[in-house]
Amino acid sequence: MQAARRYFKSFASGFVVAVPVTVTFLDYVGYVARVEGASMQPFLNPEDRSFNDVVLLNRWSVRNFKVNRGDVVSLASPRDPEQRIIKRVIGLEGDTVKHTFQMPGTRTYKNRYVRVPSGHCWVEGDNFGHSLDSNFFGPVSVGLVHARASHILWPPQRWQRIEPSLPTDRGPLDQETIDHLEEQGAVTIPKT
Amino acid sequence: MFSGGLRAAVWKAAAVVGYAVQYGCIAHCTLEYAADFIVCSGPSMEPTIHTQDVLITEKFSVMMKTVNVGDVVIARSPTNPNIFICKRVAGLEGDKVCLNPGSFIKKYRWVPRGHVWLVGDNMGNSSDSRVYGPVPYALLRSKVVFKVWPPGDSGSLRGPPQEMLQVLRTMKDTGR
Repeated sequence: MQAARRYFKSFASGFVVAVPVTVTFLDYVGYVARVEGASMQPFLNPEDRSFNDVVLLNRWSVRNFKVNRGDVVSLASPRDPEQRIIKRVIGLEGDTVKHTFQMPGTRTYKNRYVRVPSGHCWVEGDNFGHSLDSNFFGPVSVGLVHARASHILWPPQRWQRIEPSLPTDRGPLDQETIDHLEEQGAVTIPKT
Repeated sequence: MFSGGLRAAVWKAAAVVGYAVQYGCIAHCTLEYAADFIVCSGPSMEPTIHTQDVLITEKFSVMMKTVNVGDVVIARSPTNPNIFICKRVAGLEGDKVCLNPGSFIKKYRWVPRGHVWLVGDNMGNSSDSRVYGPVPYALLRSKVVFKVWPPGDSGSLRGPPQEMLQVLRTMKDTGR
C-alpha cells in the first residue's frame, strides 16, 4: 500500500514536469509531421504511395515571422482555422506576383498581377492546379505561418535539408516587367 | 576529479537550472493555453479600454471556437504579425456586416469562411476590418474577460457603444 502510494506520487510529479516541458519544446523548437495530399508534388509525396513523407517542422526559425521566398512553410488555412496546409512562399510583402485563376464554371485560366500587401505573403503549392493556395484565396497574413519545414525525415533515401528554392517559372516579377504592367494599369492592389 | 565542495555546488546549480526550466515551461503553458495579461495601448477601443489598462484574457473560447459577436478579442494584426490588436467581434463567418455604419447609403458585405469581422469601439479612430478586411480566425489569440487596472474602472467590460450596435443590429436582420 505504502509502496503503491509512493509509486503513484512519483508518477504524478513526473507527469507535472514532463507535460509542460514537452509542450514548451514542441511550441518553441519544432516537431515532426506527416504531409498529406498532392499539393506539393513533386517535391513532397512525389509518387502515389501508401505512405506519406514526414517532415521536420521548425518553429524556432519563424518565431519572429521572418520567412524567405522559396521556403516551405506550414500555415493555418485562412479558410479553416483547424486545418494546417503546407505551401511554398513565392512572394513577400511589396512583391508583385502573377495570380492565375480559373474562370468560374470553365476550364480556362486567366492571369492578373497582384501586389502583395504589407504583412502578407503569397504561397503556392508546387503542383499547379492541384493545390488550394494563394491563387485561390489570395495573399495570406504572415501571422498564419506556424512553422518552416526544414528537413524531409522519411523516407530515408530522400532524407535532406530543405533549402529555399523557387520553381523556375514562379516568383516575384522583376522591376522591368512591373514597370511595363503598371503603365498598362494591370497591377491589382488587394485590400486584404 | 572535483573536490567535495565543488561537486556539491555543481549539483546545486544544476538543480536550480532544472527548477527554472520546469517553472518556465509551466508558465509558458499557462500563458499560452489558459490565460494571460495584456497591457493595452492606443485609442481604438475607447471608451471601453484606454491606454495602459491591464486586461486578463482567456484562451479557451478561441480554442473551442465559442467566440461570439460582441466579444472583445486579442488578435495578431493581419498587416504586421509582430503586433497584437484588441477589437470587438462584429461578425462571424457567414454574417453580413455594415462597412460604413452611420452614413446614409450603407454598404454591406459577407464575412468569408474562416474569418471574423473586427471593429474597434472608437469607430472614428480605429484601423480595423473596415481598413484591412475580414481577419482569419486563426489570428485570434484570446478573449478579454476582465479589466484589472485601473482599480476604479475594473471589472467586466462594458458592452459595445451605441454606434457600434448599428453594426451588430444589421447582423440580427439576417436571422442570427
